Amino acid sequence: MAALDDRISKWLGTNTFHHSEFWDMQELVRAKEESGLSISLCIPTLNEEKTIGKEIIVFKSELMDRYPLIDEIAVIDSGSVDQTLEIAASYGADTYLSSEILPDHGFKAGKGENLWKAIHQLRGDIICYVDADIKNIHPKFVTGLVAPLIYRPEIQYVKAFYDRPLAMPEGVRPSGGGRVTEILVRPLFSIFFPELTALMQPLSGEYAVRREMLETLPFPIGYGVETSHLIDVYQGHGLEAFAQTDLDKRVHRNQSTIDLGKMSFGILQSFLNRLKHYDIVSELPEVKGLFRQLQAEGRRYEMLNREIIEEERPPMITLPEYRERHGRK
Amino acid sequence: MKVGADKSKTGNSIVENRESLRRLREILFANVVIAGEIPSPTGAEQRLTRFLSDRYTECGLNDISQDQAGNVAAVIAGSSPKRNLLVTAHVDKVWTDADDHTISVGVGEMSGRGIADNGLGVAVLATLPSIIQELGVKFESNLILLGTTRSFGRGDLGGMRFFLDHTDRDIDSALCVEGMNLGRLSYSSLGMARGVISAETSGEASNFEEATSGVIAALNRLVAEMLKINQQEYPAIKLLIGSIEAGSGYNVPPGVGKVRFEIRGEDAGKVAKIEKAVLGLVSQAQVGDTTSLKVEMIAHREPGDLGEKHPLVCQARGALEELGIEPRVEPSISELSALLDKRIPALTLGITKGANRHTPKEMIYLDPIFDGLAQLVSVLQFMDSGRFAFDG
Repeated sequence: MAALDDRISKWLGTNTFHHSEFWDMQELVRAKEESGLSISLCIPTLNEEKTIGKEIIVFKSELMDRYPLIDEIAVIDSGSVDQTLEIAASYGADTYLSSEILPDHGFKAGKGENLWKAIHQLRGDIICYVDADIKNIHPKFVTGLVAPLIYRPEIQYVKAFYDRPLAMPEGVRPSGGGRVTEILVRPLFSIFFPELTALMQPLSGEYAVRREMLETLPFPIGYGVETSHLIDVYQGHGLEAFAQTDLDKRVHRNQSTIDLGKMSFGILQSFLNRLKHYDIVSELPEVKGLFRQLQAEGRRYEMLNREIIEEERPPMITLPEYRERHGRK
Repeated sequence: MKVGADKSKTGNSIVENRESLRRLREILFANVVIAGEIPSPTGAEQRLTRFLSDRYTECGLNDISQDQAGNVAAVIAGSSPKRNLLVTAHVDKVWTDADDHTISVGVGEMSGRGIADNGLGVAVLATLPSIIQELGVKFESNLILLGTTRSFGRGDLGGMRFFLDHTDRDIDSALCVEGMNLGRLSYSSLGMARGVISAETSGEASNFEEATSGVIAALNRLVAEMLKINQQEYPAIKLLIGSIEAGSGYNVPPGVGKVRFEIRGEDAGKVAKIEKAVLGLVSQAQVGDTTSLKVEMIAHREPGDLGEKHPLVCQARGALEELGIEPRVEPSISELSALLDKRIPALTLGITKGANRHTPKEMIYLDPIFDGLAQLVSVLQFMDSGRFAFDG
């Protein structure tokens, strides 16, 4: 267990970044050109007319015109009925209907479908996925994710995180990685893939990945795509393939508890599918009762392990004392 | 010197410049979004001045400075370094840090708190080096790009006044940039006096009125009397009641309250007379034994006027007409008045059309921005063509 803690601690130190570490845009563009890598930005959409225009304006101006970091901006849409595509096109994004990409393979409704088809449609060696519902859009949502891939060739997959679990007198702030993360995903990872608990926000919709990694991954088309990716990349390449970047704050619309329930159900399905795929279900790990959370002090991150033992009592009817007192046989 | 808006020094007409400027669309619009989303309440503008300063650094400008009032200035050096033109926009907004500054972008429009006043003005100031470069315009004069702080309310044009009192450069002429409205032509400033009347109760209520309404009845009566004064002098002088606030619920008579007011007009003597009358009203107001009233005057402006026949005014009018925009003369009480106080020939121009100013739904139209920019460049080039006396 100590070795596992050491690995996580080391990884947190070397593979966790803050976007401000990549403030020097000229240097980042120079390194990108030297690497010979091309970068595509993919924004999956479904009825996002309120926020898509701003994202395109800011990314195109700052990351294509002012600093030539990304090579294409593409909106891949699931069939919006509002003005999402018109607005995106009017501000200079390439726009695609997901249903028109690889038409012989049909169309499935879901964000994962758009992400998957983006691999075929876009040209970049790196694909950076950014959700369309971010209200406080800023170039850091891209630079913070692609920079580790530019500077560190061994890194394959970079996740964003926002809401850091700050150490407070009363303990870790409960909203550390989002409600579904803390209630569902982190407990599951703690049992089955403890190293993945090092990821602050495993479900964040913003990540950048190398093409050669993306093209090997299966894509659940619904809520489970991020969880599934993490398990597959981890099983094939270990924790070292990942990095994560603190992007400070993300303002977006809140989801209702009902919607979070749907999300959790989708994630659980994908999770169980991956267990089955890796033949883990038939050999469930010994449950050690160690729940892994994260906490941050400034920009130093560490694991906070909590022993949560779920002991069990037998049915009362099996106790002689009970049977005698209540006249049960 | 010929007054008009025909051809610029680059040989392009104002309409051709407008079309060329569309190439800067992404850079400009991104600056509007970013400047719009940065909170910048009066007295706490450092995040927006930092943005402006960073933009100038990225544009490669060397002479960038910040003064003690927090103003940010950058200089685009001209070929004749003794002459200086000032282009300025105030960086403060009427909104607080706690207000949602999210900007929404639609087809042909943007909306959100402060986007017109003065997110767009700041964005134009941030983009001006790129605009000049895009058009290939050369200036003999130095262009001083100045983002000023403390414009609104108690700020009382503090940023602009500080700059004018302390700069070691002689300013030949100046342009103030406001987000809206395109067509606005401000070359005169009104006399203005701005104040706050505060009411406060202490101890047990001394009569029925205090027991049932706290300070509200007293303030209400005072406002009614102020309106009577306004009736006598309106419309030459306007006494505007900008806000009245007291209380926080349904059943507790408030112990404190405030009325904010502003007197404005072209005749400084009449503004002063109304101010004196308001001060007299407050000192003689009938209030209960436990209610006290006091008035604090927080800002004053002297009236000033460049005159409708001044060459700068004629040039701006000509530029608007060439773009097919009806000029609308609109006296100002903003930075322009501090400049006219110093007898610096100055105008305030609006950049685009919009609506709902100072509301959460403040919005601007995007396409007319390029008319506003072409107008601005045209007037700047004219300002560069010679020195203009304040009296024309």
